Amino acid sequence: MTVKAAPSLKSRHLLGIDPLSPGEIQLILDTAEQMREIAKRPIKKVPALRGKTVVNLFLEPSTRTRFSFEVAEKRLSADTLNFSASGSSVEKGETLVDTARNLEAMEPDFIVLRHPQPGAPHMLAKVLQASIINAGDGTHEHPTQALLDALTIRLHKKTLEGLVVAIVGDLQHSRVVRSNVLLLSRMGATVRVAGPPSLVPVGMESLGCQVFYRMEEAIRGADVVMMLRIQLERQERMNFPTVREYYDLFALTPERLKLAKKDCLVMHPGPMNRGVEIDSRVADGPQSVILEQVTNGVAVRMAVLYLLAGGSGEPVTD
Amino acid sequence: MSRLLIKNGRVVDPSQKLDEGLDILVVEGKIARLAERLADPNAQVVDATGLVVAPGFIDVHVHLREPGFEYKETISSGTAAAVAGGFTAVCCMPNTNPVNDNPAVTEYILTRAREAGNCRVYPIGAVSKGLAGEELAEMGEMVRAGAVGFSDDGKPVHSAYLMRRALEYSLLFDVPVVDHCEEPTLTARGVMHEGAVATRLGLRGIPAAAEEVMVWRDVVLAQLTGARVHIAHLSTAGALEAVRLAKARGLKVTCEVTPHHLALTDQAVAETQYDTNTKMNPPLRSAEHVQALVEGVLDGTVDCLATDHAPHHADEKNVEFDHAPFGVVGLETAVPVTFDLLVAKHRMPLSRFVACWSTNPARIFRLPGGSLKVGAPADLTLLDPEQRATVKPEKFRSKSRNTPFAGRRLRGWPAMTIVGGRVVFRRG
Repeated sequence: MTVKAAPSLKSRHLLGIDPLSPGEIQLILDTAEQMREIAKRPIKKVPALRGKTVVNLFLEPSTRTRFSFEVAEKRLSADTLNFSASGSSVEKGETLVDTARNLEAMEPDFIVLRHPQPGAPHMLAKVLQASIINAGDGTHEHPTQALLDALTIRLHKKTLEGLVVAIVGDLQHSRVVRSNVLLLSRMGATVRVAGPPSLVPVGMESLGCQVFYRMEEAIRGADVVMMLRIQLERQERMNFPTVREYYDLFALTPERLKLAKKDCLVMHPGPMNRGVEIDSRVADGPQSVILEQVTNGVAVRMAVLYLLAGGSGEPVTD
Repeated sequence: MSRLLIKNGRVVDPSQKLDEGLDILVVEGKIARLAERLADPNAQVVDATGLVVAPGFIDVHVHLREPGFEYKETISSGTAAAVAGGFTAVCCMPNTNPVNDNPAVTEYILTRAREAGNCRVYPIGAVSKGLAGEELAEMGEMVRAGAVGFSDDGKPVHSAYLMRRALEYSLLFDVPVVDHCEEPTLTARGVMHEGAVATRLGLRGIPAAAEEVMVWRDVVLAQLTGARVHIAHLSTAGALEAVRLAKARGLKVTCEVTPHHLALTDQAVAETQYDTNTKMNPPLRSAEHVQALVEGVLDGTVDCLATDHAPHHADEKNVEFDHAPFGVVGLETAVPVTFDLLVAKHRMPLSRFVACWSTNPARIFRLPGGSLKVGAPADLTLLDPEQRATVKPEKFRSKSRNTPFAGRRLRGWPAMTIVGGRVVFRRG
C-alpha cells in the first residue's frame, strides 16, 4: 500500500516529524522532488516566497543546515535575515522568548530555529505568530534532516516501504536518529538501530525501531546504512571507553559493509568524524550518497517553506 | 470569651474513629464539645450543612522561600495560600537564604508566621550546616527554637556517614529526619523521568533508580540506627517497595506522596509541549509508577500526602525546559486534586483521606493538631465534597503561579479553614 499525499500541511509550524502524518510526509517529499528541478535551471530562482521574510535564528553552531536553509530561502525569493548567538543580545543574557519577540516585532513570516535545548521551537510556537521551523533542537528532533534522508533514499530505491534501514552510532545524543526512526517507520520501512548499550536511550524501540547492540546484526541484509556522528562534544565521561575502541566496535568499514545488501546506500548526516564512526574508504566509496544528501537538503527545505507558506501539492510554476 | 459553633456537618476524625453528623463547640480556641444538636446562644454559628468537618489539614512539605527568596513567596503569602487551600498548618523546608540551620533563623520564621496570622508554621531545620552535606547543623538548638524535624530537602543527604550520624543524633529529640532521596550521580543533569517519553522528547532522563538507590540506603540506615526516617515526595514503585519492606520489619520509616505525582504522568510533559510547569524533582513518573503510588495510598503504605509546594517566579519558568528550575506550587490545588482522584474516582474512604492529610502528618511530626478530641486546638478544615470548580492560577494567594493543574475542573474543595477557633478562610 502506497501512502497517498495529503492535500496540504495541517500545522503552520514544522516542529518535528512526530506531529506529521504519513500523507503529510509524502506531500513534502513529492514537493521536494519537484523543487530539485529548480536547481538545474540556468536561473535558480522562483518567486514563490517573494515578499516573505525568513529569520534564520541559529543559536547553536551550524554550517550545513544554515547554508542549506539560506539557499532554499533565496531560491524561493524570500528575504532572509541571519541571527547567530555570538555577538548578539543572547550573549547579553536576553531570554529566548524575548529575543524571539523582538524579532517578531519586525514581522517575519518564518523563523527557522536551531537551538541546543529540546522543545525550544515548541516554546516559540506558543508565543509567536510566525511559522516556526525546527532546524534541530538539542537531542530532540531534526525534521528536515530526516526528510532529506528520506528523499535521498526514495530517489534511489523508488519507495521507503519495505526497506530495511540500519542506523548506527550514538543514539542517546542524536536528534537525527529520532526524526529518522519516526519518519521511516511511519512510511513503512523496517528500522534497526545499533549503538553501545550505554548510548541507547530507554524506550528507544517505542519510537518504531528494533534495537541492537552489535552493529553487524543491524546492518546484515540492510538496504541503507546510516551512520551517526559520535558527538564528542556531548559525551559525558564514562559513556564508552575510548574512541579507538569505538572504531573497533562501531565504525562502518568496508568489511562490515559487505554484510549489507550489495546495493546498500551509505549515508551520514555530517559532519563526519573520519576514522571514528566511518572509514574513509566507505565514506568516499561508490555506495556513498553523503553529498547527495546535502543537495537534497536544499530541495526539502524549499518544499517545507513553500508548503508552510500555504502552497499546495500542485506543480510549482513561475 | 470567643465561642464558635459548627453545626450540621459530617464530622470525620480518624483519631477518634468518628464519621457522623455532629455539632462542634469551640471555646477559647479549643474543642469544647462534640455532640448532636448543640446550641449556644453566645456562639458565632457556622452552618456546615453538606460539608465534611475534619481536623485541620497539615502539609508537611512546603517551601515558604522566606528569608531570601521573597520574590517567589513570603511567609505571609505562602501561609495565605495554605489556608485558602484548606491547611491549618505547614512544615517549611530549610533551603532559604540564609539556610535554616540555626535557631536564629528558626525563630525568625516563627515570628514572621505569627505576624502573618494565617496558619501554624512548623519549621524543619537543616540536617547539615548550609545544606552542604558536610557537618551536622545544631539540631538541638533548633528543636528548642521550634523545629519539628530535619532535612536537607532540595538535596539528599548524600554522605551515608553523615546520614547515619544525623539519624543517631535525632534519637535525642525523637524527631524524624526527612530525606529527599536522590543519587545525584544517577540523576546526572536529567530533567524529566527517564523512559520512552523522555526519549521521544529528547530530554535527559532521571531514572527511577536514582531515587530508589537512596530510599533503600535510608531503609538500611533506619535499621542500623533505629531512628525515624521520613521519605519526602516518594515517587516510584521501587521506592514504595522499600518502604513496604521497612514497615513489615517494624522500622520507623514513613513516607509522603505529592498530589502531582499521583495525578499526572510523564506524558504531561509531551502533552503540554514542554511546559516548564511539568518540571519538578522528583519528576512526573510513568503510568506504572503512578498506579503503584495510588495503590500505595489506598492500601496505607503511604502515610501521608504533602505538596512540596515550590513557588518560582514566572520569569524563572518562562525559559527553555532544560533551564527552568524544578518545582510547582501545590497548596491551593492539593485538596481538590487528591479528593477528586482518591475519593471521587478511587472511592477512598473519607476517614482514610483525612488521615493522610491530618492525623498521620500530625503523628509523624508530633504536631499538636490532627484530632478533634475535646481539649485539642480548634484547627478545622471544612470541605465541600460536592463542589466542582476550575483551577484558576490568577486567583492564587501564592505569589507564584507555577501549577501544572491550570484549567482543570476538580471536585471537592475546601470551604472554610479554622485555626485556633478563628475563621482564617471562607470560600466566597
